[in-house]
Amino acid sequence: MFRNQYDTDVTVWSPEGRLLQVEYAMESVKQGSACVGLRSNDYCVLGALKRSVSELSSHQKKLLEIDDHMAMGIAGLTADARSLAKYMRNECLNHKYVYGDNIPPAVLMSDLADKHQRTTQTYVRRPFGVGLLVAGVDPQRNSCHLYQTCPSGNLYEFYASAIGARSQSARTYLEKHYESFPASSKDELIVHALQALVGCVSGDDELTKENGSIAVVGKNQNYILIEGEELQPYLDKLEIKRNDDDDAEEEESEVAEAMET
Amino acid sequence: MANKHTTRPITTGTSVVGLVYDGGVLLAADTLLSYGSMAKSFNTPRMVSIADRVLLGASGEYSDFQEIVSRVEALALAETTQSMESVYDERTLSAKSLWNYLRAVMYQKRSKMNPFWNDLVVAGFENDAPFLGVIDKLGTTLQENLVATGFGGYLAMPLLREKWRPDLSEGEARALLEDCMKVLFYRDCRASARIQLAKVTKDTCIISEPYELDHSNGWNAPSMQRAVGDLDGDGGW
Repeated sequence: MFRNQYDTDVTVWSPEGRLLQVEYAMESVKQGSACVGLRSNDYCVLGALKRSVSELSSHQKKLLEIDDHMAMGIAGLTADARSLAKYMRNECLNHKYVYGDNIPPAVLMSDLADKHQRTTQTYVRRPFGVGLLVAGVDPQRNSCHLYQTCPSGNLYEFYASAIGARSQSARTYLEKHYESFPASSKDELIVHALQALVGCVSGDDELTKENGSIAVVGKNQNYILIEGEELQPYLDKLEIKRNDDDDAEEEESEVAEAMET
Repeated sequence: MANKHTTRPITTGTSVVGLVYDGGVLLAADTLLSYGSMAKSFNTPRMVSIADRVLLGASGEYSDFQEIVSRVEALALAETTQSMESVYDERTLSAKSLWNYLRAVMYQKRSKMNPFWNDLVVAGFENDAPFLGVIDKLGTTLQENLVATGFGGYLAMPLLREKWRPDLSEGEARALLEDCMKVLFYRDCRASARIQLAKVTKDTCIISEPYELDHSNGWNAPSMQRAVGDLDGDGGW
């Protein structure tokens, strides 16, 4: 699969009908640390496991505010994510000025997916090396939504999702519990997000208030970020606090962890 | 290379009057198009319905109204076709967002000293509540229960303010508007008795065919009958 003659340019098809550069970009997302998203009818919660380069460094921020009604979680190249966040924030503000209302997340995500796709069909550019989980509230329909984009330009809407390293464990947890989400309270959703993240920590590490992070948007809830001390009460509610090696379903990846978060 | 700037309106429409009643919004406008003091066309609609949900009416320069309608219809079409979601799900332009959009357009044009010379009226019904707003050529916006552009501001507004209640029925609202349009016909020399009524409710958005107001009693008014002052039965004083 890797290192063959069809993978140098994004504009080259492989004989199997694949765009290898796009697939390599999607690999970059899998290297980033985990990010989960889930929603009920009234709230949408994003959770992230923040990575730090060394004991001396801070933990890299993974949840960004796009607007009062929209939050974004990232996995992959942080710099690419920041560029996309800047674009999205600008679109939100512009929409607010012209139409006097929050941009419907579906409209923005649709444009964002097109922006991703364009990079897969141009000779001089490369795909964005980041996967996004975007939580938003649609002002017209008064409904909560969770979207996922990937470097290929595909756009998906989810009840719950997880991306990044060891995220399969989170997805399995979410699949098991997602039917209870629509009726869950905000706090229950947050605990579910953190419980899903516990499965994504590597080896002996734990989910703590330093490396955990939660963002919430909702129908009557502007964007809030819960980190540090504020996160501890939710961590205290977790049933399983450590990730047993028996549960790990993905091999741990140690490649290029310095570049991505 | 000099850019032209709007200096004065040429082909114009006069007042648009509107009110919120119990269950919807009613607008009224005559169908006269004036060319200065010449009555150019007697059957020109000055209100349109956008995406079967929002009413847009205008007084002032008619060509600017036509341009605005063209842009707004394109916007409404883009709204229903552009996003991925719109393939599966209905997404339409709301009255309030149209009102905001027009504000941005009007303000930008005015800031370039080249305004659309109109007073625009936007009406709709969303989130179980009626919406009625105006935008002027400077980009000023007002959201009100009672609106009247042009001469309507002087002649119709006092009548509306006196007679309006939040729980007006459709019949009462219609009678009140027709009364205003009649007064405008009598006293606005750029107005006609051929009018259209437009209504938007939760389920409907329609504009009536033009019809003539009954002004057969106009000359029978008391001020027209008796001599007042030096002049003889001509309505003067």
